[in-house]
Amino acid sequence: MTALLQVEDLKVAYGKIEAVKGISFTVQQGEVVTLIGTNGAGKTTTLRTLSGLLKPAGGKIFFDGTPLNGIGAHKVVAMGLAHSPEGRRLFPRLTITENLQLGAFLRKDPDGVQQDINMCYDLFPILGERRKQAAGTLSGGEQQMLAMGRALMSRPKLLMLDEPSMGLSPIMMQKIMETIRELKAQGTTILLVEQNAQAALSIANHGHVMEVGKIVLSGTGEELLHDESVRKAYLGED
Amino acid sequence: MNDLPQQLANGLLLGALYGLIAIGYTMVYGIVQLLNFAHGEIFMIGGFGALTMWLWMPDGTNLAVALPLMILMAVACSVLVAVGAERFAYRPLRGAPRLAPLITAIGLSIALQQAIWAWYPDATKARPFPEFTGSRIELGSVSIQRGDLYLLIAAPVCMIALGFFVSKTRSGRAMQATSQDPDTAKLMGINTDRIIVMAFAIGGAFAAIAAIAHGLRYGNVDFRMGFIAGLKAFTAAVLGGIGNIYGAMIGGIVLGVAEAMATAYVGNIPGMEQFGGGSWKDVWAFVLLILVLLLRPQGLLGERVSDRA
Ligand SMILES: Nc1ncnc2c1ncn2[C@@H]1O[C@H](COP(=O)(O)OP(=O)(O)OP(=O)(O)O)[C@@H](O)[C@H]1O
Ligand SMILES: [Mg+2]
Repeated sequence: MTALLQVEDLKVAYGKIEAVKGISFTVQQGEVVTLIGTNGAGKTTTLRTLSGLLKPAGGKIFFDGTPLNGIGAHKVVAMGLAHSPEGRRLFPRLTITENLQLGAFLRKDPDGVQQDINMCYDLFPILGERRKQAAGTLSGGEQQMLAMGRALMSRPKLLMLDEPSMGLSPIMMQKIMETIRELKAQGTTILLVEQNAQAALSIANHGHVMEVGKIVLSGTGEELLHDESVRKAYLGED
Repeated sequence: MNDLPQQLANGLLLGALYGLIAIGYTMVYGIVQLLNFAHGEIFMIGGFGALTMWLWMPDGTNLAVALPLMILMAVACSVLVAVGAERFAYRPLRGAPRLAPLITAIGLSIALQQAIWAWYPDATKARPFPEFTGSRIELGSVSIQRGDLYLLIAAPVCMIALGFFVSKTRSGRAMQATSQDPDTAKLMGINTDRIIVMAFAIGGAFAAIAAIAHGLRYGNVDFRMGFIAGLKAFTAAVLGGIGNIYGAMIGGIVLGVAEAMATAYVGNIPGMEQFGGGSWKDVWAFVLLILVLLLRPQGLLGERVSDRA
């Protein structure tokens, strides 16, 4: 079986500075893959390239068997790749409902969209209670729920989450991680970027450790969780 | 005699005209943070488009009958120039330092003026524009020119249509999303290039509609008419809070009324006699702009742009 997402020797540069220096990995249908690594390792850059916001300087990306190189971001979503960006990036002056509707911008089934919005409110009841509230006025945790909900609204084949736990209280973080676990159980394929390596690795089937633009270590979530160097560098143990 | 209502009416009409032009500045700025200083010329070209259509009409055509075709032609010309400017002048400069598109805009503005001056027959001086003949229309204690009836209808219709488009249609929603966060809008599947073209096109269409109002009001079109009108509309857009479409119309009306009031009454203030009358009205308009920039730089309705995420 070919992988849902296949990244081969991907390179990305900002001007002359190479931020991603040739990485390769795959994501299989139904699995959760995580990219972990220190600040500035190139995780966000990788996701932004996969979703078409940045153009690769080299290498190949195949999604669902089709090469993605260089096609515009708005076409990538249409192929089934959704991206919940770092920092959540909601539309602050639009309501919760409007943000969710925008997540389903390309869908042509209004009834299905409404159904999914209701499902999202079931998943996150607080969003349902505040559906008419402007997204910019939500708390950090609520914003993250909305960002995830919005990304799910396109019914993606692959969901990319960039640091969903960023800036959240421990309880909120737990809630978000639980949700990711739930999505995994439902069969959603997820590419997860996280600073919270412990949480990410315990959910993920596979993990890759990035450092300054390269993947330096790969393995199953379990393996990495018990790897000595990972424990030292990312789980704060010595 | 109390002529305040009349002055208010004059100000309101003038303001509606500024507001219609200001929409173009504000929509484009709201989406690409570009001050399209060639917008005044896009307005002017609309005026010449309408005039051209009028001149094609057989002698003795009723102006009211010709008007829809003139509007069509004006809109077509302005939209064509606006979209062309976006495609060939501004788009290649996207991502360049902000000074580059600004200088391009000024260059384009001069080029468009000169093109009309050089190539439009007899356009080296103002060309007469058809007028509605007949007595002024009395509305209570106020009277307006017959031609202003067009503006009185066009301005609210345009604003209501635009408000509906932006808040209720799929493209309008996409436009709001693009103005709030263009990269994330792309992640939703929105073709932001198309949204940008749309903003230029709507701005051009509104400017064209305003240009006809201008022609009917002043009885001529002139290759230079975009300069002051453009500056005033830009002022209106800033007054209302640049990026905010309702702000543009409100800013236009505030500016128009302020101008009318200043023209009518400043000269009555003891010690200010020499500053009254029409020749100072532009000065007062820009004094107002400076005051707003000092006291409320985000504009009257500007909170909507300042909380950009
Ligand atoms: N727009 C940009 N222009 C120039 N350099 C950039 C830009 N964005 C990121 N970089 C650089 O690229 C490198 C990778 O950044 P990236 O945001 O991908 O890291 P990250 O792994 O997501 O880090 P974090 O965990 O802090 O989010 C960094 O050195 C960063 O400074
Ligand atoms: Mg990052």
